[in-house]
Amino acid sequence: MTQSELPVLTKKDFESDQDVRWCPGCGDYSILAQTQKTMPDFGVPKEKIVFISGIGCSGRLPYYMNTFGFHTIHGRAATIATGLKGARPDLMVWVITGDGDALSIGGNHLIHAMRRNVDMKMIMFNNRIYGLTKGQASPTSPIGKKTKSTPMGTIETPIIPLNLVAAAEASFIARSVDTHSEHLQEMMHRAGEHTGAAFLEVLQNCNIFNDGAWRDFTDKSVKEDRMLVLKHGEPMIFGAEKNKGIRLNGLQPEVVTIGENGVSVADLWVHDETDPDASRTQILSRMWWPDFPVPVGVFRRVPRPTHDQLLVEQVESAKAARAAKGPVDLQKLLAAGETWTVS
Amino acid sequence: MTSPKSGTSSTENVTQLDRVTIRFAGDSGDGMQLTGSQFTATTALFGNDVSTLPDFPAEIRAPAGSLPGVSGFQISFSSGDIHTPGDRPDVLVAMNPAALKVNLGDLVPGGGIIVNTDAFNDINLRKAGYVADPLHDGSLKGYNLFEIPMSTLVARACDGLGLSSKQVELTKNFFALGVMFWLYERSMAATEKWIAEKFAGKDAIAEANKRALNAGYAFGETTEIFHTHYRVPAAKLKPGTYRNITGNEATALGFVTAAKLAERDLFLASYPITPASDILHQLSGYKHLGIKTVQSEDEIAAIGAAVGAAYGGAMGMTTTSGPGMALKAEMLGLAVMVELPLVVVDVQRAGPSTGMPTKTEQGDLLMSMFGRNSDSPIPVIAPATPVECFTMAIEAWRIALKHMTPVVYLSDAFLATGAEPWKIPQISEMPSIAVKNAPESQGGFRPYQRDPETLARPWAVPGTKGLEHRIGGLEKLDELGTVSYDPDNHHRMMLLRAEKVARVARDIPKTEVWGDPTGDLLILGWGSTYGSIRSAVERLRERGKRVSHAHLRYLNPLPDDLGEILRGFQRVLLPELNLGQLRMLLRAKYLVDIVGFNLVRGKPFQIGEIEAKAESLLGESVEVGR
Ligand SMILES: Cc1ncc(C[n+]2csc(CCOP(=O)(O)OP(=O)(O)O)c2C)c(N)n1
Ligand code: SF4
Ligand SMILES: [Mg+2]
Repeated sequence: MTQSELPVLTKKDFESDQDVRWCPGCGDYSILAQTQKTMPDFGVPKEKIVFISGIGCSGRLPYYMNTFGFHTIHGRAATIATGLKGARPDLMVWVITGDGDALSIGGNHLIHAMRRNVDMKMIMFNNRIYGLTKGQASPTSPIGKKTKSTPMGTIETPIIPLNLVAAAEASFIARSVDTHSEHLQEMMHRAGEHTGAAFLEVLQNCNIFNDGAWRDFTDKSVKEDRMLVLKHGEPMIFGAEKNKGIRLNGLQPEVVTIGENGVSVADLWVHDETDPDASRTQILSRMWWPDFPVPVGVFRRVPRPTHDQLLVEQVESAKAARAAKGPVDLQKLLAAGETWTVS
Repeated sequence: MTSPKSGTSSTENVTQLDRVTIRFAGDSGDGMQLTGSQFTATTALFGNDVSTLPDFPAEIRAPAGSLPGVSGFQISFSSGDIHTPGDRPDVLVAMNPAALKVNLGDLVPGGGIIVNTDAFNDINLRKAGYVADPLHDGSLKGYNLFEIPMSTLVARACDGLGLSSKQVELTKNFFALGVMFWLYERSMAATEKWIAEKFAGKDAIAEANKRALNAGYAFGETTEIFHTHYRVPAAKLKPGTYRNITGNEATALGFVTAAKLAERDLFLASYPITPASDILHQLSGYKHLGIKTVQSEDEIAAIGAAVGAAYGGAMGMTTTSGPGMALKAEMLGLAVMVELPLVVVDVQRAGPSTGMPTKTEQGDLLMSMFGRNSDSPIPVIAPATPVECFTMAIEAWRIALKHMTPVVYLSDAFLATGAEPWKIPQISEMPSIAVKNAPESQGGFRPYQRDPETLARPWAVPGTKGLEHRIGGLEKLDELGTVSYDPDNHHRMMLLRAEKVARVARDIPKTEVWGDPTGDLLILGWGSTYGSIRSAVERLRERGKRVSHAHLRYLNPLPDDLGEILRGFQRVLLPELNLGQLRMLLRAKYLVDIVGFNLVRGKPFQIGEIEAKAESLLGESVEVGR
């Protein structure tokens, strides 16, 4: 069947028969809904889509998707995705992970999946806490954060996830917010369209153990002024009155007001998703409220050969080189080197 | 040297021997592994049965001339069937004082020592801890000492080639090889060919090595220092085409062949570790056969990728050694839970922790059996000889595919690096091990509906229409495979997983008892102890002792006939290169009072050690009889 002959799927086709079991009010519900809504966009048959997750509240998502699903072990989903995609380049592979799953126990795998450019779409639910284990500090918890395991506050500097994956050469980097459903859906769509390692950070609210972790800038009433929606090829403008912008002064971003001190739109940093230099992605990823508006959108999208493509290419070129010397004969391979015959 | 057959022939001074064991020893920079493997290749080509034991330091280059920097290569070759690289060398080639010091204690009394006298200078003697020069203080009186100024002689042979003295010095191992070729009547042709290929385009270096080899040979022929040379006639091996092969090579080729017999893609993910890395290296070179390999970021990632590939319908596998095996535990547990086929190779080395990376041990049996949370049964198999690594690698996959289970394949450093002649099998004569994927479904697919015979679940590969389902590490509802916390279901699933692995016992060969089926003593072994045990049992039986040998290739599940076999003997002796791991399992399972013989020195057993232990046990059982 060609793609055009495929029956058109809807969100319903992607809903499994399992009851969803997150706490009422959890941000994960919205992420699941946007995921199910986005899936028909790609024209990929259900049986060719695989959701792989680690352990955490986020890790339950595959159970709710009516696709192939593999709920693996804590931190290692990326390794399984690497093997699956390597063996089966024809599949569309999504990885669902949490801030603890991806950045703590799975930190090493995250880096290597990104640098290899494994063709998978990784969605990290960042709630700045360990939800499933009932509220310990995570690698993204802010310094000083009091949790069950840090009664006097954490003494550890948090990881900036997008900064990390940019350093690891991720070919697609994006951020969105659980409650900003349209934007989130758009980001899921963009991640799904990308060929290569996509990393989408979703700022997610855990209303039980870390309620309001992002509220300061994601709340409807303030988000216009405190968040920056990145748009490819457009100057970085934000604010309820669309009069604020970001100017890049050397390596230093600055918040400026358009029309003040001679600043015009022409002075603003124009966002380029395809910027080959990831160091500017890193500058962007480090911008944070209250010094800066928090950027959301696609930070980076660069074409790069994927791990599975390169694996296949090497196999194909080795086969071609070999075929030039005659058919491959395993029997001959067994007899490689010096042999002798006893009669 | 062992048992001269016909004395020295008067005309050309040839002494015929059945078996000779030689050890090449030198600094790790002296090329002893190369010298040993060249001698091995030529000897195998000549038609002797051979067995080898490389012994090298973990450090790539320990300080030159130091004791820890000594690298050795032992080869035993024979006109008969041999099973081990020999207990003690008959001849020691020592390229420097440290090599002499480290290896002298192993040499048989009266054995031959060939030394490079040029290396016996004050500095090297001091580095080796010699107060006086052993070549001159009479301490080697009990041996046959041959002093050859190898460095001087290669310098002379390579005169005029325009090479630096350092480059020339590097050829002295080929000089030593030439001497040994002359001494044992071997042809230089294969090594000359190897030199020409290896140093193609570097004419001066090739020429220097060739000259050094020839100079060594000529030295043997023309000088008076050797009074005889030795003949070890070709062995009577079974008809067929042979090559020499190490355990790691045989393992890699076994996996390639398994993929062919299973008609599936092989996918290897591995993290480098001694002594397993060569399997990764070799399989990485077989891309033209469609084999995909990934060097992962760690051992967890490696087994993760293998599980991912297996989930996708490929033959996902990973190779490692003890420390890496320890890291794989949690993912192995996942593979048990999701019941996917997977092969994990553990080339065991001396532990715990980093231990002695290049030395052998059988220390990972209990870890393979039990080293996971909860009851998490996995079939465990172990090849007994380097050659057997080939068939057991295929066997690992046959079991994994047919029974839908991860399988642990336990090799060890001795098997991995040891070599012996291999009668090359015909792939066309081997049975298929192919299994089918679950077919498309119109609905109602049950991912944990089991095969009534094997209890294997279907291999439901993504991409197959109608099979969309979710699996994972959480407990499964019987048949349906959805998440379940039901107490009775969990109990049932625990039993089903155990029974599935137990049923592999229906699918493995009977245990072979070599010797008589009953008797005074059964020496039981597993893995690489095969050769030493078999040789010891041969010797004991020659002396009329009622001793037999059985060797286990299947450690989990154990063969069904084992209990009865054990009970057929007065005593059972179980030599292991660990502190008694299999013995603990067997005593628990069969309530048989098995006697252990456990040495953990990073080396294989010597035949004589097992023989002596058996003799002492037989003596005891006589006491009991009275
Ligand atoms: C090897 C291992 N260690 C620890 C755990 C316990 N554990 C489960 S989830 C989790 C943290 C999850 O945090 P995060 O990834 O942020 O996910 P969230 O629940 O917040 O979505 C931990 C520590 C485990 N399942 N496995
Ligand atoms: S604990 Fe937090 S993250 Fe987990 S389901 Fe409940 S609200 Fe959501
Ligand atoms: Mg979290």
